[in-house]
Amino acid sequence: MRVGVLVTYVPDTASTIKVGPSGRAIDETGIKWIISPYDEYAVEEAIKLKESRGAEVVYFTYGPERDQQVLRECFARGGDRGVHVLGTGAAFGDAFAIAQILAAALQKAGPFDLIFAGVKGVGSDQGLVGAMVAELLEIPHVAAVTKLEYREGGITAWREIEGGQEVVELKCPCLITAQKGLNEPRYPSLKGIMAAKKMPVETWKVADLGLDEGALAGATCRWVSLALPPAKAAGKILNGEQDPQGAARELARLLREEAKVI
Amino acid sequence: MAGILVFVEQREGQIRKASLEALSEGRRLFQSKGLPVAAVLVGANVQALAASLGEWGAEQVFVADQPDLALYSPEAYAQAVAAAVTQAEPEAVFLAATALGRDLSGRLAAKLRVGCLPDVTALQWEGSTLQAVRPVYSGKALATVHGGQSRPVVVSLRPNVFAADKQPVNPQVVALPTVAVGGGYRVREVVAAQAGELDVAEAEIIVSGGRGLRAPENFSLIRQLAEALGAAVGASRAVVDAGWIDHAHQVGQTGKVVSPTLYVACGISGAIQHLAGMSSSKVIVAINKDPEAPIFKVADYGVVGDLFQVLPALTEEIKKLKS
Ligand SMILES: Cc1cc2nc3c(=O)[nH]c(=O)nc-3n(C[C@H](O)[C@H](O)[C@H](O)COP(=O)(O)OP(=O)(O)OC[C@H]3O[C@@H](n4cnc5c(N)ncnc54)[C@H](O)[C@@H]3O)c2cc1C
Ligand SMILES: Nc1ncnc2c1ncn2[C@@H]1O[C@H](COP(=O)(O)O)[C@@H](O)[C@H]1O
Repeated sequence: MRVGVLVTYVPDTASTIKVGPSGRAIDETGIKWIISPYDEYAVEEAIKLKESRGAEVVYFTYGPERDQQVLRECFARGGDRGVHVLGTGAAFGDAFAIAQILAAALQKAGPFDLIFAGVKGVGSDQGLVGAMVAELLEIPHVAAVTKLEYREGGITAWREIEGGQEVVELKCPCLITAQKGLNEPRYPSLKGIMAAKKMPVETWKVADLGLDEGALAGATCRWVSLALPPAKAAGKILNGEQDPQGAARELARLLREEAKVI
Repeated sequence: MAGILVFVEQREGQIRKASLEALSEGRRLFQSKGLPVAAVLVGANVQALAASLGEWGAEQVFVADQPDLALYSPEAYAQAVAAAVTQAEPEAVFLAATALGRDLSGRLAAKLRVGCLPDVTALQWEGSTLQAVRPVYSGKALATVHGGQSRPVVVSLRPNVFAADKQPVNPQVVALPTVAVGGGYRVREVVAAQAGELDVAEAEIIVSGGRGLRAPENFSLIRQLAEALGAAVGASRAVVDAGWIDHAHQVGQTGKVVSPTLYVACGISGAIQHLAGMSSSKVIVAINKDPEAPIFKVADYGVVGDLFQVLPALTEEIKKLKS
């Protein structure tokens, strides 16, 4: 069994975001990078398959130099191979450009029985790349999976939908996007961290995949500008310590008469 | 220039409100340029719904009506919508950014080999290019984006942000050719959440509880207020991780992104990852005993006080107002 995992390096969720000099992207100075939180569930699920079924686990990331580190962070938890498709990162925010690059890399290193991605990359907040890669590889996918069972030649997936859950059966090869709840991602062990330093990372150029990064980047989605949200005016704060009843009454009145929302 | 095609989502014969919002916004944008407005419906026994979309201004309604399209499957639904795209040749395809819409948008865009602008909160014309605003970095920044050179551009619109309004026309209904549904994906079962529970992603009002509730049984205070308001129940990650309530209720970066008309945060500190999920709500109320809690920075109205005293009082006041 061979398992591919798509992982992406994103700004720590607690980072302060500033607009960079280009006016179209963030200022990266001082940003701490982390594995995108949903990708952690994808990584964990793949490692569990390695442990239970001897699956070979191959990580893929597309991005600039620093993104090699995300592969090391994955290796610290487990896994066999890592492919870094080195780019300028110019395709950032253009999900279809990224999906084409990753699909080509998966094809080159494939075939895979299962491919895992995160349901959403934190930061880009798109939730697109997984489904797009599956379409490009002409395989089925299932999104936002919170529980998985493996069968001969296929999987059963529980996925979150509004107001409930769906239980879906898929044939392999297929792609799964991981939602919180799928598993409990492990912490890297000290031994794992040491071993990760020696794991080989294969670096591929976008051109090696027969693609032109410059032509792809921004062709199907372009960030024109980036701005911080307008500051919010200070709210009305009521003192509910002395007179909770009175504060509650005033709040209800304000919501009805001023905000007109109830 | 071509018109707009809006994918209209239905579940068990019920059209989703968020889809009507997307249809209304599509109509506003394209009618202003004198361009045609079309919709596409996919499902089983949905023919009867097609005519009703005329109420919302759809001049043409494409219908893929097959028993094996009753439940969502990404490939089959993408094929059906792509067939409508072939016929309508639109400038843009809109979908509601629901769980289904967001998933379908990626599959569809890749099939059409075009770009996708996900979960947008504003749309405008920039000359003859459609530009969108979408929250990125969990709402800490807003990106203005467009679909490059590719056409049609696929856009998913965040629910509860755009107004749904009627504008009746007499629609032409067009049947789409049969879609070949592959055998690689099969929905075995749909498990509904607890009966009568509103989903946070679609609710107009949400009352959320956090660690300030101190114990799982105190969620009853949240449920009582929610019931009085006709609201859905939300939660912070802290209480979801503690097992007090199911993850389906979690609001935030690793939960649901919501934009209700009213969001009431009770005993929630307002960590950046929580704000990520709810800061685009229209009116935010915070109830917290700590006046320094960051949630007050985004609140339109706040009560500094003990939720164990304020919540029951507020529930009573709301009941009084509503009776
Ligand atoms: C990668 C990542 C993703 C995350 N994703 C999410 C997410 O999706 N959603 C999310 O919510 N969090 C998320 N978090 C967690 C987030 O950082 C916070 O830890 C969490 O939101 C805190 O939950 P809380 O506000 O309920 O608890 P606390 O921060 O402990 O706050 C409890 C609040 O209750 C108040 N309080 C206590 N007693 C009372 C009382 N009697 N009356 C009134 N007020 C009272 C306190 O003053 C305090 O402000 C994420 C974190 C990380 C690292
Ligand atoms: N540059 C990238 N390299 C590898 N995987 C990626 C990249 N961008 C996105 N992904 C994968 O696609 C998922 C969804 O990303 P997105 O569509 O950007 O929200 C992520 O959780 C990753 O699994």
